[in-house]
Amino acid sequence: MRKFDTKIQYLKYKVLRAVARHAWKGDLLEKLIDIPKEIVPGGTPTMRCCVYKERAILSERVKIAMGGDTSNPNVIEVIDIACDECPASGYSVTDACRGCLAHRCEDVCPKDAITFDDQHKAHIDKQKCINCGRCAQACQYSAIINRKRPCENACKIKAISMAEGGEAKIDNSKCISCGACVYQCPFGAIADKSYILNVIDLIRKSDNNEKYKLYALVAPSIASNFTYAKLGQVITGIEKLGFFHTVEAALGADMVAWAESKELAEKGFLTSSCCPAFVDYIHKSFPKMVPHISHNLSPAATIAKYMKETDPKCKIVFIGPCTAKKMEFKLEHVRPYIDSVITFEELQALFDSRDIDVTTLEESVLDNASYYGRIFARSGGLSDAVNQALKERGIDFEAKPVACDGIEQCKAALLKAQVGKPDGNFIEGMACVGGCIGGAGCLTHEAKNKADVDKYGRQAMEKNIADAISVYNIGKDD
Amino acid sequence: MMKITVCIGSSCHLKGSRAVVEGLQALIARNNLKDKIELAGTFCLGRCQTGVNVLVDDERFSVSPETVEEFFENTVLPRLG
Repeated sequence: MRKFDTKIQYLKYKVLRAVARHAWKGDLLEKLIDIPKEIVPGGTPTMRCCVYKERAILSERVKIAMGGDTSNPNVIEVIDIACDECPASGYSVTDACRGCLAHRCEDVCPKDAITFDDQHKAHIDKQKCINCGRCAQACQYSAIINRKRPCENACKIKAISMAEGGEAKIDNSKCISCGACVYQCPFGAIADKSYILNVIDLIRKSDNNEKYKLYALVAPSIASNFTYAKLGQVITGIEKLGFFHTVEAALGADMVAWAESKELAEKGFLTSSCCPAFVDYIHKSFPKMVPHISHNLSPAATIAKYMKETDPKCKIVFIGPCTAKKMEFKLEHVRPYIDSVITFEELQALFDSRDIDVTTLEESVLDNASYYGRIFARSGGLSDAVNQALKERGIDFEAKPVACDGIEQCKAALLKAQVGKPDGNFIEGMACVGGCIGGAGCLTHEAKNKADVDKYGRQAMEKNIADAISVYNIGKDD
Repeated sequence: MMKITVCIGSSCHLKGSRAVVEGLQALIARNNLKDKIELAGTFCLGRCQTGVNVLVDDERFSVSPETVEEFFENTVLPRLG
């Protein structure tokens, strides 16, 4: 059964699983240096120039699986020796150039950077070229290509550049930890730090949930992950790992939609606060827009706060698609509520480290949130939910949501809003294309994922936000 | 002050914990007991088979939307003395 999109994810998973296995066994520190050899036992290299380089890179992956470089505050890290230092020459003419007579490339070039040799073949003067790409669009043979590094291409906010040695470098003052580069790098040279060891520790120290109750808070995008099994089996698997109980982060989404609709009506203009990468982007690149960010905590933090209020001793691990969540839970205003964060990728590794085959398990139930809370997992869901909350609360305010699907659309919407010309009055910002279902920590990234989320939404027992959150208001007058 | 805690975990939720909560809220209001009973929620009491699970202080009871009124009269009210 294929569980991952790419072989890179599979490799990362094998490292995580090995680290987790030794951690459960209690011999991680002794066996640490043997893990690369466990994964690449033979003498024939399958990935790099030799097994020694493969093992050297694997040692770096082991380090990241154990929490990574503690001196680097970012959860996204470059593995220098794994970076293939891809060519990054910008627009170049390939040998598909036929030496035609039309010279459309020359005509559209605003910098006169294109010349022709005696075969009439085009050449680009790199000193003059500004990489605008017009020549590539104009060429009828598609003979001009943009040689851009996949990591730089993935990073739409331009936080990745080339270091002096040629390897990728992340500018932490710009990076929003969305993980797009992690998923896109074809050499797996950028990775998200893992906190699986913290989670194993939390499970152990709970003493079978006697000392404290350990809750798993799962993101609604789980609906499009682990599709090889039934969702209820995955929930049983989580409990088999040692969690006391699983709660839907989508219930927090219902609570957020409820509160956000009121805040929107009061303020008249808002940007959403659900996606931690989007919020970080505003702080780092659009500081003037910070006052417009919704004051709500993210859905996960909102429900976690409620859970900690009802049981102050409990511990909560968020399990989701998101690498930026690994940054969010360390923020001062979130730290009291969420104790650790892992991705679906890492959950899969934890299952297999305990030889838990979820497909053989009984199904448990998972049902806390409404349809609207659940569809937060895909682009446009939050906007739908806020509209619904306005309706349910009877607030007379017309929301004009701008659902931004991916950070490029977020940027466009923020640029307009910053100069006072927003396209609407509510900017729903989701850093990943498709929304959370496109997150770097998902097992798969497929077109049908949106349909999976909508289906999961429709299966919720509660059809309205008010009904889903009524439990949250127990004992409160409002 | 008596504390009534209703399980709102998935299993009890599906068995009607919302209706139990709403029922208790209405009964507390009708009997003017707001300052004598504190109502709270909790995620899972570890006894999913017997839901909807409700704790009166530390003692556990099984309640359903149909039996909430009976539970209130036979269990809650006598305990208030």
